[in-house]
Amino acid sequence: MPNETITRRGMLMKLGILFNGLVGAALAVPITRFLLSSVTRGRASAYLSWVPLGPISQFPEGETRLVTFRNPFVTPTDGQTDGTASWVRRIAGDQFQVFAVNCAHLGCPVRWFPQSGLFMCPCHGGAYYRDGSRASGPPERGLFEYPYKVENGVLTIQAGELPTPGATAAVRGPRPPCA
Amino acid sequence: MRMIAKIGQWFDDRLQLAAPIRDVAEHPVPRNTASWWYVFGSAALTVFCLQLVTGILLALVYVPSGGDAWSSLQALNHDVTLGWFIRALHGWGSNFMVALVLIHMVQVFLFGAYKFPRELTWIVGVFLLLMTLGMAFTGQVLRFDQDAYWGLGIGASIASRVPVIGGPAVKLMLGGPIIAGATLSRFFALHVFVIPGLLIGFVALHVLMVVKLGINDWPMPGRVVRRATYLSEYHALTRKDGAPFVPYAVWKDLFFAACVLLTVAACAIYFGPFGPTGRPDPTIIQTVPKPDYFFLWLYALLSLLPPSLETPVLLIGPVIAISALLLLPFLSGEGEKSWRRRPIAVLTVLLLAVTFGTFTRLAEFAPWSPHMNAWSSEPVPERFLQKASALERQGALVFQAKQCRNCHSLGEAGGQRGPALDNVAVRQTPDQLIRQVIQGGGNMPAYGKNLSPAETTALVAFLVTLHPPGQAPARDASRDAVLAESREGRPAAQP
Repeated sequence: MPNETITRRGMLMKLGILFNGLVGAALAVPITRFLLSSVTRGRASAYLSWVPLGPISQFPEGETRLVTFRNPFVTPTDGQTDGTASWVRRIAGDQFQVFAVNCAHLGCPVRWFPQSGLFMCPCHGGAYYRDGSRASGPPERGLFEYPYKVENGVLTIQAGELPTPGATAAVRGPRPPCA
Repeated sequence: MRMIAKIGQWFDDRLQLAAPIRDVAEHPVPRNTASWWYVFGSAALTVFCLQLVTGILLALVYVPSGGDAWSSLQALNHDVTLGWFIRALHGWGSNFMVALVLIHMVQVFLFGAYKFPRELTWIVGVFLLLMTLGMAFTGQVLRFDQDAYWGLGIGASIASRVPVIGGPAVKLMLGGPIIAGATLSRFFALHVFVIPGLLIGFVALHVLMVVKLGINDWPMPGRVVRRATYLSEYHALTRKDGAPFVPYAVWKDLFFAACVLLTVAACAIYFGPFGPTGRPDPTIIQTVPKPDYFFLWLYALLSLLPPSLETPVLLIGPVIAISALLLLPFLSGEGEKSWRRRPIAVLTVLLLAVTFGTFTRLAEFAPWSPHMNAWSSEPVPERFLQKASALERQGALVFQAKQCRNCHSLGEAGGQRGPALDNVAVRQTPDQLIRQVIQGGGNMPAYGKNLSPAETTALVAFLVTLHPPGQAPARDASRDAVLAESREGRPAAQP
């Protein structure tokens, strides 16, 4: 508008708005950092650590056993959710496979049936062979595996994150199918 | 009386609310809108108020902590006087609210009430629907039991599939790397502060627009909405054939709302509260998680979609559905309102109702899930074993022990993931059965590595006996011919 004149009051109001905007922007930084803390903290897999599952003598060769462990990252209000279950398969000697119980489809807990050598999921009907590879159903890949190492006769896995189909930082990629 | 009037006047001199309230109450509405079809919105609002009240009452006892939430729900169910009833009211209120919002939406759609000038009312309504569903999901999480825990896992798995931001999105949703105390805390904040706050604001906007723009006139076939003329036509209608909203139309809203509240209370008393199921202990894996009623269709969809289509449908489907709902008033903001002249609208509603209804019904008995205990809890019916040879009985044992029963039913007991095997011998020859068992295929795992040749022989010997009494098992005619020829000493094949 050509006739617009800058008045003292109008100018002060604009400055006031600008001042509030600056303060708001300054406050937005810590607020955003607070909101995203669960994400930014997890950069470079800060949640992951090596968790001992027990001496390897607990795991008979050729068998698959359910093991529970306490999450490496816990808060005081976790209650019973601080535990996690996993399936440990000892192939032979120091050769293991440690599977997450979470189905690679949508995360329901799979159960091991030694008689038929299958993991079955109760939710949407996914099934996996004893080596974790996909057998049938909706999963697009095999079971998630935790990286493991055997140190001084103790089986240790790298855990700490919920394995999910899209973000599998903690676990290895898909395995070739087997039949 | 004069004292009360004076006190009232004292307050109104300061509040100055009496005049606007009187305007709203007495604003004229077309007489034909005082219909029983127009009561669902106000009923949804009434149930929302019930949810607010019962929610606050529950919050007096509920502890939003991963370690204590489940116990506090048990205390509500068993220790606190009528705690079970308040929980049941809140749970059933939630189901009724989703149902009423959906019915209200269908009514608005079929009556063309989303058309000019009520486009924004519809759009705000779409957000109200999304928030109502958000409340239903977050509410299920606050019932911090096994279903809630594994339901969160499913939510995280879906979120993780979003390209690029999937991983961070999961951590943002869970408040950390796993489902734990922080997850419950943030869902509590969403369920109790964020979404209800938005809901209250959006409900206020929604109702304000209904009052300002007037209640949608009863759709008459042939009375077409045009942007240029609608408002003057509507105002002419309310002048000629209008009546004050209070009391002319409101009494039906009042009666229906009271009936709905009574029904919610009756359901609460009769059926009781929902859960909680087992403790949210992730090391207990003997669990069969299932979502609440209004998400059962999604459970079915996730089981039945082909794996390759699942991620695209999960990620693109909601975008398309929500965009379609938001764009609807802009794509058909004018024209016929009456459902009698809008066959495609009616068919769309029917198609959606049948689709969601079918998925929900399927999910109630989940034929795609293996019955985890069928192999040890459902014996092979006697009639399948009468006159069976030793080998066939051994086969029946293999059939049970190898958990075939978890996916295949016999005598209508057992899983339904695979086909029922009562008549399998009629469908497949012995050779086909052997191949299917060893190699799997279709949706069946291969058992080659887990069955010895002797077990396979016994199993197939048993399967071959599974046919109706009067019907012979399938056989390979060409193989029979070859065998017959070789028995007669002739060469097996001749050019």
